Amino acid sequence: MMRAFQILLVRDTKLAIRVGGGAGMAVFFFLTVIAIVPLGIGPNLKLLANIAPGMLWVALLLSALLTLDRLFQADYEDGSLDLLMTGALPLELVAAAKALSHWLTTGLPLVVAAPLLGLLLNLETSAFGPLVLAMLIGTPALSFLGAIGAALTVSIRRGGLLASLLVIPFYIPVLIFGVAAAGGGGVSAVPGAGGQSLLLLGAVALVSLVLGPVAAAAALRANLR
Amino acid sequence: MAGMSELTASQRFQAFANPARFMALSDRLLPFCTGATALLLAAGLYLSLFASPPDYQQGETVRIMYIHVPSAWLAMFGYMVMAGASAVALVFRHPLADIGAKSAAPIGAAFTFLALVTGSLWGRPMWGTWWVWDARLTSMLILLFLYLGYMALWATIEEPVRAGRAAAVLALVGSINVPIIHYSVVWWNTLHQPASVFRIDGPAIATSMLMPLLIMALGFTLFFMTLLLVRMRAEILRRRVRVLRLARTEG
Repeated sequence: MMRAFQILLVRDTKLAIRVGGGAGMAVFFFLTVIAIVPLGIGPNLKLLANIAPGMLWVALLLSALLTLDRLFQADYEDGSLDLLMTGALPLELVAAAKALSHWLTTGLPLVVAAPLLGLLLNLETSAFGPLVLAMLIGTPALSFLGAIGAALTVSIRRGGLLASLLVIPFYIPVLIFGVAAAGGGGVSAVPGAGGQSLLLLGAVALVSLVLGPVAAAAALRANLR
Repeated sequence: MAGMSELTASQRFQAFANPARFMALSDRLLPFCTGATALLLAAGLYLSLFASPPDYQQGETVRIMYIHVPSAWLAMFGYMVMAGASAVALVFRHPLADIGAKSAAPIGAAFTFLALVTGSLWGRPMWGTWWVWDARLTSMLILLFLYLGYMALWATIEEPVRAGRAAAVLALVGSINVPIIHYSVVWWNTLHQPASVFRIDGPAIATSMLMPLLIMALGFTLFFMTLLLVRMRAEILRRRVRVLRLARTEG
Protein backbone atom coordinates (compact mmCIF):
# COMPACT_ATOMS: atom_id res chain seq x y z
CA MET A 1 0.00 0.00 0.00
CA MET A 2 2.84 2.34 0.84
CA ARG A 3 4.32 1.50 -2.52
CA ALA A 4 1.11 2.42 -4.32
CA PHE A 5 1.06 5.69 -2.39
CA GLN A 6 4.65 6.38 -3.35
CA ILE A 7 4.09 5.59 -7.02
CA LEU A 8 1.05 7.85 -7.18
CA LEU A 9 2.95 10.64 -5.43
CA VAL A 10 5.88 10.39 -7.83
CA ARG A 11 3.57 10.18 -10.85
CA ASP A 12 1.58 13.26 -9.85
CA THR A 13 4.68 15.25 -9.01
CA LYS A 14 6.28 14.39 -12.34
CA LEU A 15 3.12 15.27 -14.22
CA ALA A 16 2.98 18.63 -12.49
CA ILE A 17 6.64 19.49 -13.05
CA ARG A 18 6.91 18.43 -16.70
CA VAL A 19 5.62 20.30 -19.72
CA GLY A 20 1.92 21.08 -19.45
CA GLY A 21 1.81 20.68 -15.68
CA GLY A 22 2.01 24.38 -14.97
CA ALA A 23 3.74 24.08 -11.60
CA GLY A 24 5.71 27.27 -12.10
CA MET A 25 2.60 29.30 -12.79
CA ALA A 26 1.68 29.70 -9.12
CA VAL A 27 5.09 31.19 -8.31
CA PHE A 28 4.85 33.55 -11.25
CA PHE A 29 1.37 34.63 -10.13
CA PHE A 30 2.73 35.13 -6.59
CA LEU A 31 5.44 37.41 -8.04
CA THR A 32 2.99 39.48 -10.08
CA VAL A 33 0.58 39.97 -7.16
CA ILE A 34 3.41 41.13 -4.90
CA ALA A 35 4.70 43.39 -7.67
CA ILE A 36 1.38 45.19 -8.09
CA VAL A 37 0.96 45.85 -4.36
CA PRO A 38 3.45 48.76 -4.23
CA LEU A 39 1.98 50.06 -7.49
CA GLY A 40 -1.41 50.12 -5.83
CA ILE A 41 -0.55 51.60 -2.44
CA GLY A 42 2.55 53.64 -3.24
CA PRO A 43 6.30 53.09 -2.76
CA ASN A 44 6.41 54.12 0.90
CA LEU A 45 9.02 51.69 2.33
CA LYS A 46 7.85 52.01 5.90
CA LEU A 47 4.26 51.21 5.00
CA LEU A 48 5.38 48.33 2.80
CA ALA A 49 7.47 46.85 5.61
CA ASN A 50 4.43 47.02 7.89
CA ILE A 51 2.10 45.19 5.56
CA ALA A 52 4.72 42.83 4.08
CA PRO A 53 3.92 39.67 6.14
CA GLY A 54 0.18 40.08 5.60
CA MET A 55 0.50 40.82 1.89
CA LEU A 56 2.85 37.88 1.36
CA TRP A 57 0.38 35.56 3.07
CA VAL A 58 -2.61 36.87 1.15
CA ALA A 59 -0.76 36.56 -2.16
CA LEU A 60 0.41 33.07 -1.20
CA LEU A 61 -3.20 32.07 -0.49
CA LEU A 62 -4.37 33.38 -3.84
CA SER A 63 -1.54 31.60 -5.67
CA ALA A 64 -2.38 28.33 -3.95
CA LEU A 65 -6.08 28.74 -4.88
CA LEU A 66 -5.19 29.31 -8.50
CA THR A 67 -3.76 25.82 -8.92
CA LEU A 68 -6.44 23.90 -7.02
CA ASP A 69 -8.72 23.10 -9.94
CA ARG A 70 -6.16 20.80 -11.59
CA LEU A 71 -5.74 18.69 -8.44
CA PHE A 72 -8.28 16.04 -9.45
CA GLN A 73 -9.73 17.37 -12.68
CA ALA A 74 -7.14 16.05 -15.14
CA ASP A 75 -7.52 12.55 -13.73
CA TYR A 76 -11.29 12.91 -13.70
CA GLU A 77 -11.39 13.90 -17.36
CA ASP A 78 -9.24 11.09 -18.69
CA GLY A 79 -10.77 8.44 -16.46
CA SER A 80 -7.72 7.74 -14.28
CA LEU A 81 -9.71 8.70 -11.23
CA ASP A 82 -12.19 5.88 -11.83
CA LEU A 83 -9.29 3.44 -12.00
CA LEU A 84 -7.76 4.88 -8.85
CA MET A 85 -11.09 4.40 -7.06
CA THR A 86 -11.14 0.71 -7.92
CA GLY A 87 -7.47 0.23 -7.05
CA ALA A 88 -5.93 -1.17 -3.89
CA LEU A 89 -5.12 2.22 -2.42
CA PRO A 90 -7.97 3.66 -0.30
CA LEU A 91 -9.42 6.80 -1.82
CA GLU A 92 -8.42 8.75 1.29
CA LEU A 93 -4.77 7.93 0.63
CA VAL A 94 -5.19 8.77 -3.06
CA ALA A 95 -6.44 12.20 -2.01
CA ALA A 96 -3.58 12.51 0.49
CA ALA A 97 -0.99 11.61 -2.16
CA LYS A 98 -2.45 14.15 -4.57
CA ALA A 99 -2.58 16.86 -1.92
CA LEU A 100 1.00 16.10 -0.89
CA SER A 101 2.12 16.29 -4.50
CA HIS A 102 0.27 19.60 -4.82
CA TRP A 103 2.18 20.89 -1.81
CA LEU A 104 5.53 19.72 -3.21
CA THR A 105 4.93 21.36 -6.58
CA THR A 106 3.03 24.48 -5.47
CA GLY A 107 3.33 25.12 -1.72
CA LEU A 108 7.05 24.49 -1.41
CA PRO A 109 8.12 26.67 -4.38
CA LEU A 110 5.91 29.46 -3.02
CA VAL A 111 7.62 29.23 0.38
CA VAL A 112 11.02 29.34 -1.31
CA ALA A 113 9.98 32.38 -3.34
CA ALA A 114 8.45 34.25 -0.39
CA PRO A 115 11.70 35.63 1.15
CA LEU A 116 12.82 36.97 -2.23
CA LEU A 117 9.50 38.70 -2.67
CA GLY A 118 9.84 39.93 0.91
CA LEU A 119 12.82 41.96 -0.30
CA LEU A 120 10.55 43.73 -2.77
CA LEU A 121 8.25 44.72 0.09
CA ASN A 122 11.11 45.83 2.37
CA LEU A 123 10.41 43.04 4.87
CA GLU A 124 12.54 43.44 7.99
CA THR A 125 15.57 41.12 8.14
CA SER A 126 14.51 39.70 11.48
CA ALA A 127 11.14 38.69 10.03
CA PHE A 128 12.50 36.38 7.31
CA GLY A 129 13.05 33.38 9.59
CA PRO A 130 9.63 33.42 11.28
CA LEU A 131 7.90 34.05 7.94
CA VAL A 132 9.50 31.07 6.21
CA LEU A 133 8.91 28.84 9.22
CA ALA A 134 5.24 29.84 9.43
CA MET A 135 4.77 29.30 5.71
CA LEU A 136 6.46 25.90 5.85
CA ILE A 137 4.01 24.83 8.54
CA GLY A 138 0.97 26.55 7.03
CA THR A 139 1.21 25.69 3.33
CA PRO A 140 0.48 21.94 3.75
CA ALA A 141 -2.83 22.98 5.32
CA LEU A 142 -3.59 25.02 2.18
CA SER A 143 -3.02 21.99 -0.04
CA PHE A 144 -4.96 19.55 2.13
CA LEU A 145 -7.93 21.88 2.74
CA GLY A 146 -7.83 22.88 -0.90
CA ALA A 147 -8.17 19.22 -1.87
CA ILE A 148 -11.68 19.31 -0.34
CA GLY A 149 -12.76 22.17 -2.56
CA ALA A 150 -11.12 20.58 -5.61
CA ALA A 151 -12.85 17.26 -4.94
CA LEU A 152 -16.26 18.89 -4.40
CA THR A 153 -16.10 20.69 -7.73
CA VAL A 154 -14.36 17.97 -9.74
CA SER A 155 -17.35 17.25 -11.99
CA ILE A 156 -18.17 20.91 -12.63
CA ARG A 157 -16.91 22.58 -15.75
CA ARG A 158 -14.66 25.48 -14.81
CA GLY A 159 -15.06 24.52 -11.17
CA GLY A 160 -11.91 26.35 -10.13
CA LEU A 161 -13.71 29.56 -9.27
CA LEU A 162 -16.32 27.77 -7.17
CA ALA A 163 -13.57 25.75 -5.47
CA SER A 164 -11.87 29.02 -4.48
CA LEU A 165 -15.11 30.41 -3.08
CA LEU A 166 -15.72 27.25 -1.06
CA VAL A 167 -12.19 27.02 0.27
CA ILE A 168 -11.42 30.64 1.20
CA PRO A 169 -13.40 30.52 4.49
CA PHE A 170 -11.44 27.42 5.50
CA TYR A 171 -8.19 29.23 4.77
CA ILE A 172 -8.95 32.04 7.20
CA PRO A 173 -7.47 30.37 10.32
CA VAL A 174 -4.28 29.56 8.38
CA LEU A 175 -4.04 33.17 7.26
CA ILE A 176 -4.65 34.60 10.74
CA PHE A 177 -2.23 32.35 12.60
CA GLY A 178 0.27 32.46 9.75
CA VAL A 179 0.44 36.24 9.68
CA ALA A 180 0.60 36.41 13.47
CA ALA A 181 3.42 33.83 13.58
CA ALA A 182 5.30 35.75 10.89
CA GLY A 183 5.24 38.83 13.06
CA GLY A 184 2.68 40.83 11.07
CA GLY A 185 -0.40 42.64 12.22
CA GLY A 186 1.10 44.44 15.20
CA VAL A 187 1.84 41.29 17.18
CA SER A 188 4.80 42.91 18.88
CA ALA A 189 2.28 44.54 21.22
CA VAL A 190 1.52 41.13 22.72
CA PRO A 191 4.64 39.30 23.96
CA GLY A 192 4.79 35.61 23.08
CA ALA A 193 1.94 35.84 20.58
CA GLY A 194 4.21 34.82 17.70
CA GLY A 195 5.14 31.52 19.32
CA GLN A 196 1.57 30.81 20.36
CA SER A 197 0.21 31.43 16.91
CA LEU A 198 2.93 29.22 15.44
CA LEU A 199 1.68 26.39 17.66
CA LEU A 200 -1.93 27.12 16.70
CA LEU A 201 -0.92 27.17 13.05
CA GLY A 202 0.65 23.76 13.54
CA ALA A 203 -2.59 22.53 15.13
CA VAL A 204 -4.65 23.80 12.19
CA ALA A 205 -2.23 22.14 9.77
CA LEU A 206 -2.47 18.80 11.60
CA VAL A 207 -6.28 18.94 11.67
CA SER A 208 -6.38 19.68 7.95
CA LEU A 209 -3.96 16.81 7.30
CA VAL A 210 -6.60 14.46 8.72
CA LEU A 211 -9.75 16.26 7.66
CA GLY A 212 -8.64 17.06 4.12
CA PRO A 213 -8.12 13.54 2.69
CA VAL A 214 -11.19 12.10 4.44
CA ALA A 215 -13.51 14.88 3.27
CA ALA A 216 -11.96 14.97 -0.21
CA ALA A 217 -12.47 11.22 -0.58
CA ALA A 218 -16.11 11.55 0.52
CA ALA A 219 -16.60 14.37 -1.97
CA LEU A 220 -15.02 12.33 -4.77
CA ARG A 221 -17.33 9.41 -4.00
CA ALA A 222 -20.30 11.77 -4.09
CA ASN A 223 -19.23 13.13 -7.46
CA LEU A 224 -18.27 9.87 -9.15
CA ARG A 225 -21.18 7.66 -8.25
CA MET B 1 -46.04 25.58 20.70
CA ALA B 2 -42.32 24.83 20.81
CA GLY B 3 -43.18 21.23 21.63
CA MET B 4 -45.16 20.94 18.46
CA SER B 5 -42.25 21.95 16.26
CA GLU B 6 -39.98 19.50 18.08
CA LEU B 7 -42.51 16.79 17.42
CA THR B 8 -42.43 17.52 13.70
CA ALA B 9 -38.66 17.51 13.73
CA SER B 10 -38.37 14.12 15.41
CA GLN B 11 -41.15 12.61 13.35
CA ARG B 12 -39.66 14.00 10.21
CA PHE B 13 -36.39 12.23 10.88
CA GLN B 14 -37.76 8.91 12.08
CA ALA B 15 -41.03 7.86 10.60
CA PHE B 16 -41.67 10.17 7.71
CA ALA B 17 -39.06 9.16 5.21
CA ASN B 18 -41.85 8.96 2.71
CA PRO B 19 -42.28 12.37 1.05
CA ALA B 20 -46.01 11.77 0.52
CA ARG B 21 -46.56 11.31 4.25
CA PHE B 22 -44.40 14.34 4.95
CA MET B 23 -46.53 16.38 2.54
CA ALA B 24 -49.73 15.29 4.30
CA LEU B 25 -48.35 15.96 7.76
CA SER B 26 -46.78 19.29 6.91
CA ASP B 27 -50.00 20.35 5.24
CA ARG B 28 -51.83 19.89 8.53
CA LEU B 29 -49.05 21.44 10.62
CA LEU B 30 -48.44 24.54 8.56
CA PRO B 31 -51.51 26.55 9.63
CA PHE B 32 -50.65 26.03 13.31
CA CYS B 33 -47.00 26.96 12.76
CA THR B 34 -47.96 30.03 10.78
CA GLY B 35 -50.52 31.13 13.35
CA ALA B 36 -48.17 30.64 16.28
CA THR B 37 -45.41 32.51 14.47
CA ALA B 38 -47.73 35.44 13.74
CA LEU B 39 -48.96 35.59 17.33
CA LEU B 40 -45.49 35.38 18.87
CA LEU B 41 -43.96 37.89 16.49
CA ALA B 42 -46.84 40.33 17.02
CA ALA B 43 -46.54 40.02 20.79
CA GLY B 44 -42.76 40.20 20.63
CA LEU B 45 -42.73 43.24 18.37
CA TYR B 46 -45.23 45.09 20.57
CA LEU B 47 -43.30 44.26 23.73
CA SER B 48 -39.91 45.11 22.29
CA LEU B 49 -40.81 48.23 20.32
CA PHE B 50 -43.40 49.81 22.62
CA ALA B 51 -43.72 48.16 26.03
CA SER B 52 -40.05 47.75 26.97
CA PRO B 53 -38.03 50.62 28.43
CA PRO B 54 -35.25 52.36 26.48
CA ASP B 55 -31.72 51.68 27.67
CA TYR B 56 -30.24 54.28 30.03
CA GLN B 57 -27.08 54.49 27.91
CA GLN B 58 -28.12 53.50 24.41
CA GLY B 59 -31.57 55.07 24.43
CA GLU B 60 -34.04 53.92 21.82
CA THR B 61 -31.37 52.30 19.62
CA VAL B 62 -31.32 49.36 22.01
CA ARG B 63 -34.52 48.20 20.31
CA ILE B 64 -32.39 47.04 17.37
CA MET B 65 -31.25 44.32 19.72
CA TYR B 66 -34.65 42.61 19.63
CA ILE B 67 -34.22 41.95 15.92
CA HIS B 68 -30.45 41.66 15.85
CA VAL B 69 -29.86 39.10 18.60
CA PRO B 70 -32.56 36.60 17.52
CA SER B 71 -31.33 36.90 13.92
CA ALA B 72 -27.81 36.06 15.02
CA TRP B 73 -29.08 33.10 17.03
CA LEU B 74 -31.10 31.83 14.11
CA ALA B 75 -28.13 32.30 11.79
CA MET B 76 -26.17 29.80 13.88
CA PHE B 77 -29.22 27.61 14.50
CA GLY B 78 -29.75 27.44 10.75
CA TYR B 79 -26.23 26.17 10.22
CA MET B 80 -26.75 23.55 12.92
CA VAL B 81 -29.98 22.39 11.24
CA MET B 82 -28.20 22.30 7.89
CA ALA B 83 -25.19 20.37 9.21
CA GLY B 84 -27.37 17.99 11.26
CA ALA B 85 -29.61 17.25 8.28
CA SER B 86 -26.53 16.80 6.11
CA ALA B 87 -25.12 14.24 8.54
CA VAL B 88 -28.43 12.32 8.52
CA ALA B 89 -28.56 12.52 4.73
CA LEU B 90 -25.01 11.24 4.36
CA VAL B 91 -25.21 8.46 6.94
CA PHE B 92 -28.79 7.19 6.62
CA ARG B 93 -29.44 8.30 3.02
CA HIS B 94 -32.65 9.83 4.32
CA PRO B 95 -34.31 11.58 1.37
CA LEU B 96 -36.00 14.26 3.45
CA ALA B 97 -32.83 15.16 5.32
CA ASP B 98 -31.28 16.06 1.99
CA ILE B 99 -34.20 18.32 1.17
CA GLY B 100 -34.20 19.74 4.70
CA ALA B 101 -30.53 20.72 4.51
CA LYS B 102 -31.00 22.36 1.14
CA SER B 103 -34.09 24.23 2.31
CA ALA B 104 -32.48 25.45 5.55
CA ALA B 105 -29.51 27.10 3.82
CA PRO B 106 -31.19 30.16 2.24
CA ILE B 107 -33.19 30.81 5.42
CA GLY B 108 -30.05 30.67 7.53
CA ALA B 109 -28.24 32.89 5.04
CA ALA B 110 -31.10 35.40 5.19
CA PHE B 111 -30.94 35.54 8.99
CA THR B 112 -27.15 35.93 8.82
CA PHE B 113 -27.59 38.81 6.41
CA LEU B 114 -30.26 40.33 8.66
CA ALA B 115 -27.95 40.04 11.67
CA LEU B 116 -25.17 41.76 9.72
CA VAL B 117 -27.42 44.58 8.49
CA THR B 118 -29.00 45.24 11.87
CA GLY B 119 -25.56 45.01 13.48
CA SER B 120 -24.29 47.58 11.04
CA LEU B 121 -27.27 49.86 11.69
CA TRP B 122 -26.69 49.47 15.43
CA GLY B 123 -22.97 50.09 15.06
CA ARG B 124 -23.50 53.46 13.41
CA PRO B 125 -24.90 55.24 16.52
CA MET B 126 -22.93 53.10 19.01
CA TRP B 127 -19.45 52.97 17.47
CA GLY B 128 -19.78 55.84 15.01
CA THR B 129 -19.16 53.63 12.02
CA TRP B 130 -21.12 51.23 9.83
CA TRP B 131 -18.61 48.45 10.01
CA VAL B 132 -16.12 47.42 12.67
CA TRP B 133 -13.77 44.46 12.21
CA ASP B 134 -15.03 43.10 15.45
CA ALA B 135 -14.68 39.37 16.07
CA ARG B 136 -18.41 38.73 16.04
CA LEU B 137 -19.10 40.73 12.91
CA THR B 138 -16.20 39.09 11.14
CA SER B 139 -17.26 35.57 12.03
CA MET B 140 -20.83 36.38 11.00
CA LEU B 141 -19.55 37.58 7.64
CA ILE B 142 -17.57 34.36 7.21
CA LEU B 143 -20.67 32.37 8.17
CA LEU B 144 -22.50 34.15 5.37
CA PHE B 145 -19.70 33.11 2.98
CA LEU B 146 -20.09 29.50 4.11
CA TYR B 147 -23.83 29.64 3.46
CA LEU B 148 -23.32 31.19 0.04
CA GLY B 149 -20.69 28.61 -0.89
CA TYR B 150 -23.06 25.82 0.14
CA MET B 151 -25.87 27.30 -1.93
CA ALA B 152 -23.54 27.84 -4.89
CA LEU B 153 -22.54 24.18 -4.82
CA TRP B 154 -26.22 23.12 -4.89
CA ALA B 155 -26.82 25.52 -7.76
CA THR B 156 -23.93 24.31 -9.94
CA ILE B 157 -24.28 20.52 -9.75
CA GLU B 158 -27.30 19.64 -11.82
CA GLU B 159 -28.22 16.18 -10.63
CA PRO B 160 -29.95 16.47 -7.21
CA VAL B 161 -28.59 13.29 -5.62
CA ARG B 162 -25.01 14.09 -6.55
CA ALA B 163 -25.40 17.73 -5.53
CA GLY B 164 -26.89 16.64 -2.21
CA ARG B 165 -23.96 14.37 -1.37
CA ALA B 166 -21.34 16.97 -2.26
CA ALA B 167 -23.19 19.72 -0.41
CA ALA B 168 -23.56 17.48 2.65
CA VAL B 169 -19.80 16.88 2.70
CA LEU B 170 -19.23 20.63 2.47
CA ALA B 171 -21.71 21.37 5.28
CA LEU B 172 -20.06 18.82 7.57
CA VAL B 173 -16.54 20.07 6.85
CA GLY B 174 -17.89 23.56 7.51
CA SER B 175 -19.39 22.51 10.83
CA ILE B 176 -15.98 21.22 11.95
CA ASN B 177 -14.36 24.42 10.74
CA VAL B 178 -16.86 26.94 12.12
CA PRO B 179 -15.49 26.79 15.71
CA ILE B 180 -11.88 26.89 14.44
CA ILE B 181 -12.64 29.89 12.26
CA HIS B 182 -14.51 31.60 15.08
CA TYR B 183 -11.69 31.19 17.60
CA SER B 184 -9.05 32.22 15.08
CA VAL B 185 -11.03 35.40 14.42
CA VAL B 186 -11.37 36.06 18.16
CA TRP B 187 -7.62 35.55 18.52
CA TRP B 188 -6.91 37.84 15.59
CA ASN B 189 -9.24 40.46 17.01
CA THR B 190 -7.64 40.47 20.47
CA LEU B 191 -4.24 40.88 18.80
CA HIS B 192 -5.37 43.90 16.87
CA GLN B 193 -7.66 45.79 19.14
CA PRO B 194 -8.03 45.58 22.87
CA ALA B 195 -11.60 45.00 23.97
CA SER B 196 -12.51 48.64 24.10
CA VAL B 197 -14.78 49.01 21.09
CA PHE B 198 -17.14 46.20 21.69
CA ARG B 199 -18.71 45.97 25.08
CA ILE B 200 -21.65 43.78 25.92
CA ASP B 201 -23.81 44.22 28.95
CA GLY B 202 -23.43 40.55 29.70
CA PRO B 203 -26.06 38.46 31.41
CA ALA B 204 -27.01 41.39 33.63
CA ILE B 205 -29.82 42.30 31.24
CA ALA B 206 -32.98 43.55 32.93
CA THR B 207 -36.05 41.31 32.97
CA SER B 208 -38.07 44.02 31.22
CA MET B 209 -35.74 43.60 28.24
CA LEU B 210 -35.09 39.88 28.58
CA MET B 211 -38.76 38.89 28.26
CA PRO B 212 -39.38 40.60 24.90
CA LEU B 213 -36.05 39.24 23.67
CA LEU B 214 -36.96 35.67 24.55
CA ILE B 215 -40.42 36.00 23.00
CA MET B 216 -38.83 37.40 19.84
CA ALA B 217 -36.30 34.57 19.81
CA LEU B 218 -39.08 32.01 20.12
CA GLY B 219 -41.08 33.75 17.41
CA PHE B 220 -38.04 33.81 15.10
CA THR B 221 -37.43 30.11 15.72
CA LEU B 222 -41.02 29.24 14.82
CA PHE B 223 -40.73 31.52 11.81
CA PHE B 224 -37.66 29.54 10.78
CA MET B 225 -39.54 26.25 11.21
CA THR B 226 -42.53 27.51 9.22
CA LEU B 227 -40.32 28.71 6.37
CA LEU B 228 -38.40 25.45 6.47
CA LEU B 229 -41.63 23.46 6.08
CA VAL B 230 -42.79 25.67 3.22
CA ARG B 231 -39.45 25.44 1.46
CA MET B 232 -39.24 21.67 1.92
CA ARG B 233 -42.73 21.27 0.45
CA ALA B 234 -41.75 23.46 -2.48
CA GLU B 235 -38.58 21.45 -3.02
CA ILE B 236 -40.47 18.14 -3.03
CA LEU B 237 -42.92 19.53 -5.56
CA ARG B 238 -40.05 20.90 -7.66
CA ARG B 239 -38.43 17.47 -7.76
CA ARG B 240 -41.71 15.87 -8.77
CA VAL B 241 -42.04 18.36 -11.60
CA ARG B 242 -38.46 17.65 -12.65
CA VAL B 243 -39.08 13.90 -12.73
CA LEU B 244 -42.30 14.38 -14.71
CA ARG B 245 -40.57 16.63 -17.22
CA LEU B 246 -37.68 14.22 -17.63
CA ALA B 247 -40.14 11.37 -18.13
CA ARG B 248 -41.99 13.35 -20.76
CA THR B 249 -38.88 14.23 -22.77
CA GLU B 250 -37.60 10.68 -22.58
CA GLY B 251 -40.95 8.98 -23.23
